[in-house]
Amino acid sequence: MFRNQYDTDVTTWSPAGRLFQVEYAMEAVKQGSAAIGLRSKSHVVLACVNKTNSELSSHQKKIFKADDHIGVAIAGLTADGRVLSRYMRSECINYSYSYESPLPVGRLVVQLADKAQVCTQRSWKRPYGVGLLVAGLDESGAHLYYNCPSGNYFEYQAFAIGSRSQAAKTYLERRFEKFMGSSRDDLLKDALFAIRETLQGEKLTSSICTVAVVGVGEAFHILDQGTVQALIEAFEIAGEEAPASEPTAADQPPPEPGVAADQGAPAEHDAAPMDI
Amino acid sequence: LASTMTKQQANWSPYDNNGGTCVAIAGADYCVIAADTRMSTGYSILTRDYSKICKLADKCVMASSGFQADVKALQKVLSARHLIYQHQHNKQMSCPAMGQLLSNTLYYKRFFPYYSFNVLGGLDTEGKGCVYTYDAVGSYERVGYSSQGSGATLITPFLDNQLKSPSPLLLPAKDAVTPLSETEAIDLVKTCFASATERDIYTGDKLEIVVLNADGIRREYMELRKD
Repeated sequence: MFRNQYDTDVTTWSPAGRLFQVEYAMEAVKQGSAAIGLRSKSHVVLACVNKTNSELSSHQKKIFKADDHIGVAIAGLTADGRVLSRYMRSECINYSYSYESPLPVGRLVVQLADKAQVCTQRSWKRPYGVGLLVAGLDESGAHLYYNCPSGNYFEYQAFAIGSRSQAAKTYLERRFEKFMGSSRDDLLKDALFAIRETLQGEKLTSSICTVAVVGVGEAFHILDQGTVQALIEAFEIAGEEAPASEPTAADQPPPEPGVAADQGAPAEHDAAPMDI
Repeated sequence: LASTMTKQQANWSPYDNNGGTCVAIAGADYCVIAADTRMSTGYSILTRDYSKICKLADKCVMASSGFQADVKALQKVLSARHLIYQHQHNKQMSCPAMGQLLSNTLYYKRFFPYYSFNVLGGLDTEGKGCVYTYDAVGSYERVGYSSQGSGATLITPFLDNQLKSPSPLLLPAKDAVTPLSETEAIDLVKTCFASATERDIYTGDKLEIVVLNADGIRREYMELRKD
C-alpha cells in the first residue's frame, strides 16, 4: 500500500472505490500483537500475546470484561480499544438496567459496528485503529465475533488478528470443524497452541500470554498466571522448536482469507480488504 | 367566598408509603441488618413476602423502607454504579465508599426525592462492623445502630436503652460499635421486631435478618404476627 493523492481524508473515495484511511486503520490492527478466539457450543476462549515495550515496563491490557457474559480481546491501538471496551461496558450496564436481562452479543456487536462506521463518514473524525474479538454467551449459544475498524463485523468459529496471526489462523483452519463439539479444556489447549504458532519459536510461558474464558455457567474471567502455566505444562505446549507446517511469511499482503465457518471464496488480491 | 379563593391542590401524589421497618446493628467484627417483609398501602396489605434488603457489594448491605418503587429504582442505580466502579478499580466498593455514594445519589434528587429511608450496614475497611443511617435526601452519619421506617419510633428508644454508648462529646472517644456478640445482637433484633409488630400495623408477617462477617454473608428468617 503506497501513499497516493486519495488517502488524506477519510471522506475521500479513490477512483477504484476505496477509502484508504479506513484501510490504513486496518493496517494498524495488523501491527498490534496477536489475539485469537475460538468457540464451541458452550464456551468461548480468548487468548493474546503480551507485547512489552521494554523489559522494564508492564504489558498492555488486551482483554477486557464487558459483562459477566461478554468479553473482548483487542489488537491495534490499545487506547482506542480501551475506549471501545468502556463503551461496551456502559451499553451492557444500561441494557441490564432497563430490561433486567443480559445484552445479547449480536446486538452489542452491531452497536459497535455502527459506532465504527460513523468514524468512516465524518471529515473531523478518524476510524478506530483497533480490531475487536468479541466473545459472548446469550440465549442462542456461544458466539465469537470480529469487529473491524471499517464498521464490518463477522461471526467466526475461530479467528486470529494482529501480527503473525496468519500462523495461528492456519493452525485453526486445520482444526476448526471439531471445535463445536470440543470440551472447555480442549478449547483452551487449542487456544494455547494457536498462540504458540504466532510466537515463531519463542518459548510459550504464562508471562507472555493472557487467556480468558466464558461459558455456560461460567462468567467471563481472565485466567490467572498460575492456572495458565499449569495448562501449558499439562498440555506440554511450551516447546522450543518451530512447529512443522508453519508458513514462511506470516504477514501476507491484504486480503487474507479468514477462518469463518460462513466464509465464501477467498477475495482477489486487488479487492479492498473490507470486502471480505 | 373562601371556597373560590383557595389555592388548587394536587389530588394525585407521585409517592405512596408501603410501610415497614428496618434495623441495623454494628458489632466489633460483624453487622446485623434486618427488615420485615410486609408491604402495605393505606390499610391494605399488598404482600407478606417482600424483601427490603439489597446486597450492594460483598461487604455492604442496604435496607430501605418507604416507597418501594423508589427503593427499587435506588437499588438499581447503586448496583449499576457499583458495576462501573468494579470495571474501573478492579475491586469491590468498601462500605464507607458506598455510604458516600448513596448520600450523593440521594441528594442528586434533592428536588424530587427518592421516598426511601435507608440504613446501610456492612464491614469497614478494617473489618469492623459499620452502620450508616440516612434521611430521604442524603444526610447521613456513621452510627453503632439505627432504625428507619414505620416502626422506628418504637424501636429506637429501646435500642437506645440497650446499646447507647456515652455521649460522643466525651473524651476519649468511645467506639460506636456494640460490645455484644453476634448471637446476642441477633436476639436483640428479634426482640425489637416482635415488640414493634405488636403496636405498629405496618410491621409484621416475617422478619428477614442478614448477617455480614469475615466468613461472608448469611440470611435468617423469623415469623412475626400476621395481624
